[in-house]
Parts: sequence; structure tokens; C-alpha cells
Amino acid sequence: MSFEYAPAPESRSVVDLKSSYGLFIDGNWVDGSAHSFKSVSPATEEVLAEISEASDDDVDAAVKAARRAFTRVWAPMSGVERAKYLYRIARILQERARELAVLESLDNGKPIKESRDVDVPLVAAYFFYYAGWADKLDHAGMGTNPQPLGVAGQVIPWNFPLLMLAWKIAPALACGNTVVLKPAETTSLTALLFAEICQQADLPPGVVNIVTGAGDTGRAVVAHPGVDKVAFTGSTEVGKAIARTVAGTNKSVTLELGGKAANIVFDDAPLDQAVEGIVNGIFFNQGHVCCAGSRLLVQESVYDDVLTRLKQRMATLRIGDPLDKNTDIGAINSAEQLAKIRELSEVGETEGAERWSAPCELPDRGFWFAPTIFTGVSQAHRIAREEIFGPVLSVLTFRTPAEAVEKANNTPFGLSAGVWTDKGSRILWVANRLRAGVVWSNTFNRFDPTSPFGGYKESGFGREGGRHGLEAYLAH
Amino acid sequence: MKVAATGWRPTLPTETSAGRLDVRKTYKLYIGGAFPRSESGRSYVVSDTRGRFLANASQASRKDARDAVVAARKAFAGWSGRTAYNRGQVVYRIAEVLEGRRAQFVDEVRDSQGLTRRRAEAVVEAAVDRLVWYAGWADKLAQVVGSTNPVAGPYFDFSIPEPTGVVALVAPQESSLLGLVSVVAPVITTGNTCVVLSSYDRPLPAITLSEVLATSDVPAGVANILTGDPAEVAPWLASHMDVNALDLTGVGDAELATALQVAAADNLKRVLRPAGAVDWTADPGIGRMTAFLETKTVWHPIGI
Amino acid sequence: MASAPPHLLGEAAASPAALRRFLHGLPGVDQVGCEARTASLSTRSIKTTSKAWALDLAISTIDLTTLEGQDTVGKVRALCAKALHPDPADASCPRVAAICVYPDLVATARAALGDSNVRVASVATAFPSGRSSLDVKLQDTRDAVSAGAHEVDMVIDRGAFLSGDYQRAFDEIVATKQACGTAHLKVILETGELMTYDNVRRASWLSMLAGADFIKTSTGKVQPAATMPVTLVMLQAVRDFRDATGRQVGVKAAGGISTAKDAIRYLVMVNETVGDDWLDPAWFRIGASRLLNDLLMQRTKLTTGRYCGPDYFTLD
Repeated sequence: MSFEYAPAPESRSVVDLKSSYGLFIDGNWVDGSAHSFKSVSPATEEVLAEISEASDDDVDAAVKAARRAFTRVWAPMSGVERAKYLYRIARILQERARELAVLESLDNGKPIKESRDVDVPLVAAYFFYYAGWADKLDHAGMGTNPQPLGVAGQVIPWNFPLLMLAWKIAPALACGNTVVLKPAETTSLTALLFAEICQQADLPPGVVNIVTGAGDTGRAVVAHPGVDKVAFTGSTEVGKAIARTVAGTNKSVTLELGGKAANIVFDDAPLDQAVEGIVNGIFFNQGHVCCAGSRLLVQESVYDDVLTRLKQRMATLRIGDPLDKNTDIGAINSAEQLAKIRELSEVGETEGAERWSAPCELPDRGFWFAPTIFTGVSQAHRIAREEIFGPVLSVLTFRTPAEAVEKANNTPFGLSAGVWTDKGSRILWVANRLRAGVVWSNTFNRFDPTSPFGGYKESGFGREGGRHGLEAYLAH
Repeated sequence: MKVAATGWRPTLPTETSAGRLDVRKTYKLYIGGAFPRSESGRSYVVSDTRGRFLANASQASRKDARDAVVAARKAFAGWSGRTAYNRGQVVYRIAEVLEGRRAQFVDEVRDSQGLTRRRAEAVVEAAVDRLVWYAGWADKLAQVVGSTNPVAGPYFDFSIPEPTGVVALVAPQESSLLGLVSVVAPVITTGNTCVVLSSYDRPLPAITLSEVLATSDVPAGVANILTGDPAEVAPWLASHMDVNALDLTGVGDAELATALQVAAADNLKRVLRPAGAVDWTADPGIGRMTAFLETKTVWHPIGI
Repeated sequence: MASAPPHLLGEAAASPAALRRFLHGLPGVDQVGCEARTASLSTRSIKTTSKAWALDLAISTIDLTTLEGQDTVGKVRALCAKALHPDPADASCPRVAAICVYPDLVATARAALGDSNVRVASVATAFPSGRSSLDVKLQDTRDAVSAGAHEVDMVIDRGAFLSGDYQRAFDEIVATKQACGTAHLKVILETGELMTYDNVRRASWLSMLAGADFIKTSTGKVQPAATMPVTLVMLQAVRDFRDATGRQVGVKAAGGISTAKDAIRYLVMVNETVGDDWLDPAWFRIGASRLLNDLLMQRTKLTTGRYCGPDYFTLD
């Protein structure tokens, strides 16, 4: 007997897609003065909408609107009132959760079960959490009466479009800053829906401005002299360019960049949960996760056991329609990203690593990549060093705890790491030595608004989440 | 406290005790716990504020900077792995030894900065007190800036500060001792190791401070002190891919500072560039420590 | 008593110390991760054709159970009639896997079921507590088998297990297996009394090593009875056991599974943990009494397109 799951698609009808979208500046929808571009569903290559590309002038208008809102309304407003706006937004996010989840999956390609159960609930949670800080900043450990920085220019990536928006906007607003946010060009739609939510919440015009576009728009936001604070999540390469751009200015910067996290499995690990953690670590969100556990380090004595279980488990992953409630792995976000994943995977084979992909049928249209692992990988291989940002896991082995730590740290990145063992003292020993901003022990890829997140070394600087996340948005 | 004058004034070429030619000190670099001359063989003349010759100081080269970074990296694991209590004791020990050399520092600060003896004494006292202040922070900062995080799930989740790694410091150009101590102490107290470019024109207290460090239980390589031209050496530190952070406090030239910031972006160094002049007598706050700290967050499930 | 290690891993049963070492050498189970996995499996959305298929499979895996002091011959006969024709109005409705009763009602059930393929399972070994001498437990087993039980559901000695006397629990299973003869032996772990998933995994292995044909979660007399995480750990154990020994052992989730939605979640979990090989009444059972009616109601909803009420299904 064989248990086939019939299609269980989430209805698209909950989403009211417009054929074209303008920019959200000063509380109004305005047409961009430059070109427009198409937002495509990565699962079907269907054009979802035309999006305005914000020009330098549009960005300038947005920054000026944010400045006016900052000086006249938002910064002078009492924390109590700011908090109530943010709570209001959090509630509307909860009310419109289904709509946001469907739109996110449609535009990004991530499975609906993740947008529904992870992304959108966390988005609301981040707003709820930071709402509560708005009137308690005196108690945040940054002196009494800490002041906002001004206008925050925020540039976010396509892997968690709405969640990254929440990570950026919620603390910025709670601290009294106003924002100009640029979503990634392939995933603008939920940010634009968020703009509607700001309108529904009666957020004063100019407090949140959304400018859509690609790299040029992002550069304009970062470089704009009226921006006091730059927050960026994305590639290390762009992060470095931003650090150079802001050099010599008074802008403060936080960067949340790439990673090549080690997920270390010791021989006494709870193996079934470790396998779940490995799968979650690298295949969650198609591996489009900066903190993905993309390097599996397995202790030699359990290597065969772990690999067998891992392959069994990977064979149960369901790849396909992001809107199907049973889909585990959705579409790769763009043709460009797919090409990059393919290229690095081919390099992996050329370098002599052994490739194994889960047996699965991929849809004909859209951008797809089967969950893949490489065994026989050495530290020197490119697939063990470069961020693939896709569902591709490199498997390495180790014998001793010291070797595991040494290999884990042998990377310019330092965002996250995982460690699996039933021995408590070993967890703390390893966690203590890992040069990474987040260490998940006997779990992986957990996120919470109270929990600071951010990297060491070339994974960026500054923390998002928790009390620490306020530091990026207050003068202190 | 009145410190007995010894009459022994190594830094002043004019002063001799009756009938005796004094023994001068050779001012060298401090790298990995040793006192080498610059590998370049260069030195430069150090004068007091009235232009009188004080000494020849080693003029550090890019290779000296390179060696200092290697020494700092080598020392990092051990130093950051010490208990906070132990680091606090070591920093306190620096204060003790500095206090013991009070007279020497007063003379050097007076000559370097052209201060009155009384002002110079106040500077030295403040430097000692600053070290004592930071020493106490070693085992308290984690409690102030760390946290346990009440996540919405069955997990214990905590955040702790950890040292960033190897920090390159361009020390203040004016404040030859207090400024120097005020930038070095916060960095090493939290477990970083550092490479310090001292004040170019006023390097002598920095060199004497390295003698203090060398005799204060500070492990070799934890603080490395170079004398030389920031414009020449700092770019090598700013672009060095094994340096994790950069303190530009002592870079007065705005263009140079920006160039260093740009170079630092190559490996995303944490950069501290104060907005304006720093008052070294003011309460320093914890900003100089937190600027060179990472926050590590650790999750673990709670279950049976 | 002398134990007869029947399997490749027999060395584990060579001595109490070896058995203990073996059981404590099994990988641990992280509670949070295990429960997170079952929560994730529970979000599967089984609709239309797959739901119809799953409902029928669920019905066919039921051990339709009555284990009450007030059980009567009449009740057991009625239950047997229902087992044979769960939905009298629909001949396409599958039969359940077995009837599960106390030993004294085995003969009644056998007579009522005739030579249908519905099995008769009997609880034994001083069910549910297991607190009797071994002789009494074995006689209980022999009574059930001689009355015609195809399957025996025994309970492990939790007292021995929890006190670390694994050998005693092991030997009892071996002896009961011998007393069963050709009858299939289901070993009830009573997971609600084992406290940790680590213990569930150890008890699963201990039972399989001692010769269990099935491992079963619960008597239904202790709360919590079957849970998704406990069953997941047992499914992982039978999977690993087959990998290690080549012998396939069945799993029975019993107690507390009362809705079609729950039952389908268990089938999804079986499907994604051990796969097709266990998606069969020969290898997976659900011990239940109330569940059948909900499955029938959902089945009727699927075929008629309207919601049903309990009045349209017999209580037993």
C-alpha cells in the first residue's frame, strides 16, 4: 500500500493582487518616476504584478518624508503612543495572517506551511515584542532618555521578505526612528501589503516609506545623506560595499550577512532529532537562510548511521507547489539563484565530492532544485566554504571535539552553528568555542523576538532581536 | 600619596647625578611579550614639547605590525579563555605595577605633554584609577549586557558577550598615557587581544607602559605596542584580514580615518570612530568595551 | 528462568549487565525535538481521495476493543457484528483488523467472527497492571490462546523495568512468547508509566529483543495512553530494529485515539517514518473503541457530501 497525498492547495482567493504597484511615500501611493519591473511567482514564472522602480528622486522624496515625520510627529510622540501604533500593527498582522502567508508563498516560493506557521506568526510577534519597548526605553540599559537616531534606511533580502521587514521596522519605530525600507526586487509584494496595513493602522504619514527596486535603489537609500542609520540584511559582498559607502559619514550601521554554519553531530546525539535538525537546518526555506546549517560535521563513529537516516528522511520531503499545505520544499526564489546553486553544485562534483539528491519529481515550470547532499567533502572544497544559499548540504566528518570546533570555525563567516550531543558539559564546551552569533544546541533554526541574532566576523555586526536589538536604533 | 623621588630619570638626557653619566633606556617595540627593535632598523627622534631631544624611538614597519597581529592572534584563545575573575586580577595588577612606577610615568608624561608636574601626577593617577575601574568590570559586564531570553517555546536561551578577537588600536595622539590606558584597558579587560599604535609624537609613556604590561601577569601577545607613524602602519592593520576590529580614536586626519574605514570593510571589521574629541577625564561608560564585543546567543531545549 | 535470545543482537541478552549496557547505549530522544516533529507531521492536510483511502486504511487497522469489567457476551457479539460490517449500509466499507477482549470472552468472539479474517486479540498477563506472579501471567496467556486467541496483548513488568531490572522484564516476555505458541504477541509498554521517551525506546528494544511481534503503547487504563511522540519513538525503534536484525515488528497505538483526524495523523506518521511496509493491518494497529464511529461518520461525509450525526451509527 502506498499513501499518496492528494493536492491540498491553500486558496489564492484571499489575496487581492493588483496589476501594478506604486511606491509608498509619505502615506500615499505614488508612481515611481523611473521604470517598473515584474514580480514573478518562482513556482510558475507567472507574472504577479508590475512594480515601480524607485529612482534617486523617489528615494529622496521618501527620505524627506521620513525626516519630516521624524521631526514633527514620531520622535516627539510619547513612547506610550508609539507603542499603541505598533500593537495595532501587530494585531492587524494577525488578523490578515492568512492573506500575508499566501502572498508571501506566492511571491517568494516558500511553502505555505512555513509562511503560515513560521514567517507570519513571527512577524506579528516581533511587532508585539518591540511595541512593548517603545515606552520602556529608559530601562533598556542605554541611559535615561535615550534618543532615536533619525531616519533609518533599511534594505532587506528576498528569503524572508516580511519577517526581515519586521526585524527592521519594529525596533526602528519602537525607538522613535522613521524608516525608508527597500524590499528585495523579487519579493516586494508583502512589503507593499504591509504599507496598506500601516494605512489601516492610521500610522502617521512618512513614518514608514516603502521604496521598491533593485540594487540601484538600495544604493540610493544607503548613500542618501539624509539617512542616519543603515540596516542591511543580505550578502556579505553587498554588506562590505555598504560599509565602504558609509565610511566617513555619521551613519551608524548594522549588517546581517552570509553564513556557512557548521552543524556538529556527536556520536552520543539524539540521532533522530539530530536528523530532523539537519533537515531543518539546510532545507528549511529551500536553504535560502543565512544561518542555514550548510556544513554537516558528523563524528566518524556515527557517520553511516546518520547518513542512512538522513537519506531516508530526505526521501520523504515533498517538493512542489508552495501553496500546497503538504509541501516541504518550495521553489528557488529566482532563475539567478537557481543558476548559482547549480553552478556551485557542479563545482562540488568537479572537485570530487559525491552528490546525492532526494528522489523527487520537479515541476516543469518554475525554478526548482532537489534537496541535495554532498559527501566526501573536505574543508578545501568550494562547497564547504562558499555560501550556496540553497538546499545543498556538504557533509564532513571529525573524530575529536577539538577537531569539530576547529573545522566549524575555519571560515570567514560566523553567524550560527549547531551542536548535537546528550552530554551537557560538552554542549557548553563547544558553544563556548564556536565563533558564531547563534548556537543552537540540540535544535536548529529557532527564532524569537526576544532572542538576539547576528554574526561574528564576515557575517556582519550588530544584533537584531531582544533588548540588544534596540542598541542599533538608539544613540548611546 | 607621595612617592619617594629616586633621582633616576632615564628619559631626560640633560639630567645626571653628580659625577655620573646616567644609563639611558633604549626604546623598543613590544610584540609577543618581547621588546624587539623594528625589523626595519628604523628609529625616529622623540622630542619634548619644547623640541628638546628625549630619545630615539623605534619606527615600526608594516612587518612589525604583521608580527604583532600574529602575536595577538596567538594569544587570543588563551586570554579570552581565562576566567573573567582572572582577567580582572591581571588588569588590576597592571594598575598596581603602574602605581609602582608612578614617578617614572609622571616624568614621561610631563615631558611628553608639556604638563606641570602636578598635572602630570593627576594624569598618572587617573590612568591607574582607570585600570582599577576597568579591572572590576571584567566579571560584571556579562551580567549587565548579557541576558536570558524568554523565548516563546520550550527552550533555555541566553546571550553572553564575547570578545571580538584581535583589535587594532590607534591610540590618542595627545593623551600619551591616560588616553592610551583608556583605549587599551577596555579592550583587553573583556578578553580581546590588541595591537596598539601609540601616539606618534609622544610614544615614551607607551613604551614604558609595555614594560608594565610585561611585568603584570599579562600574557605575551595580549597587548602589543608599536611606536611609529599611523599614516604608514595603520593602513596595514586596517586591511589585515586577521584583525577583527579597529579603533580609530587616535587618527586625527579625517581623510586617513575614512580610508582606514574603507579598508576595514574588506573583512567587516568592527570600527570605532569617535564623533569628536574625547575627554579622557570623563566617566568612560561601557561603550569602549561593548564596541569590541560580540553577542553570542545559545539555545537549548528544555525536556526530560 | 533461562532466556532464549532469539535474535542477532542476542548478545545484549547474554547477561543483565549486557542488556543494560545495550539499552543505555541506544541513542537518546530529545523530548522537544521529538514533539516538534510530531507537531509538524500533524499539519499534513489529507484531503479528498487520499482522505478516503486513509479512512479505509484506518478502519482496517482497528483493534476494536472492549476491556471493561462490565463487558457481556452480548456486547462482545455486537462488537463482532460491527467488526465484520462496520457500516451495514455500505458493503465497500472494510472490516476492522481484530476484536480485542479479556481472555474469558475470547471464545465468544471467536464464535461470533467465525472464519472471517477478523482476528481475535486477548489481553493477558494480569492486564492491565501486570502485578501477579509469572505463573499466573503465563496461565492467563495459555487460557487466552487455548480459547482461540490469535493474538495476545501482554503488559510488561513496569516495576521491574523502572527499577532497572531489565532482565526480569525481558525474561517475562520470552516466557510469554513461548506460552503463546503460534499466537502473535503484542507487548504493551504502558508508555504513560515510563515517564521518558528514552525509556520508551529502551522498552521497545527490550521487547523486540525478547521476541515481541508487536509493540503496543498502552493498556488504555493509564493516562496518557497513546500519544503521537510516543508512537513516533516506537516507530523509529521498529525501523532501526529491522535495519539491525532484518526482522519486522509491528506497532500498535492504543488508547486515546478517538477521532478520524487523529487516526489519519497516525497514519501520516507511519507513512513518513517507516513507510509503506508498515501501512498495513499486519504491521500497524490502532486500539480503539470510539474511533470507529468517527471514521464512519467522516467516510459517510465524503461519500454523501454532507455532515453526519452520531445517531446514525451504532454505539457498539
